[in-house]
Amino acid sequence: MSAVDFEILLQQILNGLVLGSVYALVALGYTMVYGVLGLINFAHGEVVMIGALSTLSAARLLQSVLPGLPGPIVLLLSTLAAIPVCMALGYTIERVAYRPLRFAPRLAPLITAIGVSILLQNIAMVVWGRSYHSFPAYVSTEPFQVFGATMTPVQVVIIVVAMAIMAGLMFLVHRTKLGRAMRATAENQSVAGLMGVNINAIISITFVIGSALAAVAGVMVAANYSIAHYYMGFVLGLKAFTAAVLGGIGNLGGAVAGGLLLGLIESLGAGYIGDLTGGFMGSNYQDVFAFFVLIMVLVFRPSGLMGERVAERA
Amino acid sequence: MLEVRGLEVHYGGIAAVKGIDLQVSKGELVCLIGANGAGKTTTLKAIAALVPRSRGDIRLGGDSTAGLASFELVRRGLALVPEGRGVFGRLTVRENLEMGAYHRSDGEVGQDLEKVFALMPRLHERRNQTGGTLSGGEQQMLAIGRSLMSRPKLLLLDEPSMGLAPLMVQKVFETIQAIARGGVTILLVEQNAKLALELAGRAYVMESGCITLAGDAGALLTDQRVREAYLGE
Ligand SMILES: Nc1ncnc2c1ncn2[C@@H]1O[C@H](COP(=O)(O)OP(=O)(O)O)[C@@H](O)[C@H]1O
Ligand SMILES: [Mg+2]
Repeated sequence: MSAVDFEILLQQILNGLVLGSVYALVALGYTMVYGVLGLINFAHGEVVMIGALSTLSAARLLQSVLPGLPGPIVLLLSTLAAIPVCMALGYTIERVAYRPLRFAPRLAPLITAIGVSILLQNIAMVVWGRSYHSFPAYVSTEPFQVFGATMTPVQVVIIVVAMAIMAGLMFLVHRTKLGRAMRATAENQSVAGLMGVNINAIISITFVIGSALAAVAGVMVAANYSIAHYYMGFVLGLKAFTAAVLGGIGNLGGAVAGGLLLGLIESLGAGYIGDLTGGFMGSNYQDVFAFFVLIMVLVFRPSGLMGERVAERA
Repeated sequence: MLEVRGLEVHYGGIAAVKGIDLQVSKGELVCLIGANGAGKTTTLKAIAALVPRSRGDIRLGGDSTAGLASFELVRRGLALVPEGRGVFGRLTVRENLEMGAYHRSDGEVGQDLEKVFALMPRLHERRNQTGGTLSGGEQQMLAIGRSLMSRPKLLLLDEPSMGLAPLMVQKVFETIQAIARGGVTILLVEQNAKLALELAGRAYVMESGCITLAGDAGALLTDQRVREAYLGE
């Protein structure tokens, strides 16, 4: 392998890790909700979008009030403002759309999820308009060199923050009383109730935590691509869902692994598809990989890499 | 301690429990026996608010439980060891036991954990294994130990001997006896009528949703109808 080849490979891997961190954060939301409710919350991608756009609005407001505030502080504060917005949104989605259908046939909440998704897109279109918003570089997007590949500070922040959040979530779920109750609820709701666990509260908390992660992920995508719009949650949501299925839906570690892996597959695939097809297809085919992966997993290993029980619950 | 009056439970249009009366006083060990499908599990589930009742009054320590969810009944001293044990297979033995104490905020949970481990040394050996890796008998002990962690006043046990080897059944029944001696009021549902009647002070016999016999357990053990229907004589 020549030095240039290595640099290209390293570049694709770095890009893949950045993408994958975001997918993992969103995939965790899908997988946590699936864990406790056996439901695919297809509106989750829209929570990501609302997170990005409310951060943008909060940042604009903040800068008009305090014009001298440094970019990273603006981004931090406005993300902290958007998180509770998304938490409230996640809570409301569960209360209003899913809870009345808790004991309905499986298809009903699925159709509802799609309905909520369309509704949120339309609300966002009314609030933020149809146009693309450029997302300012609050954290520098000035590239620097790592072993011949380039990275931006915002990408470093994305990876570090995503890893920290995921470690925090793992600690919560596996080392705290609340996490224990969440795992017990995921395994057997009625027995968890017999232990004194308020199942409805646990389900609400699950949506709220997942939505907080979605908000952060939304900011990350917008900051990374410098763009935000009312439609951004759709494809991102589908890809994160793919990542969750790839890792084994219902499994937290699986969501993280699936997210990172999908990011790498996409990035390496987009990087090398030109060579592989003799220039016939280019990196604009990036999105194809995620859906190709989804189909392959569903056909050959529907339980995913680390999953156990899709067959019994899906 | 427990008073059930005119309890009716329906699944869809079908009545599974058809207006039963049942009462357990403080400190008693009462058993409820009956054939498969008689409605025993449904009765316990209704008491624990796992299934809604269509009619009837259930009082726990004198207070009506109407409108309370099962997680709220735990705080009032009710514990149910469900049919099939309900062990959390992906949680460790220790975590399962800690779940039993979920509603407690006193500082004596660790102490009670040690007590359960002393009563069931096998669980101590396996405390870091997941519940799913235990044998059926160990899971039953875990389910009972877990219920003790809530410090119940009234313990409902649904067929604790189901699917266990005779030696293990013996062990489980000895444990139940020890718990009863410790002052916990117990309502025991069993298909193994002989063992249950030998252990209990009073008993109820249930047949297709109704209570057909009730009385002193020793007397029922010699009752001709019981001997024919449930003791295989
Ligand atoms: N979830 C359910 N849905 C419909 N019918 C049920 C359900 N659970 C139990 N039944 C019916 O209710 C009756 C009583 O069942 P159950 O309480 O489990 O009896 P037992 O515990 O005495 O064996 C049976 O006829 C059973 O088929
Ligand atoms: Mg039963």
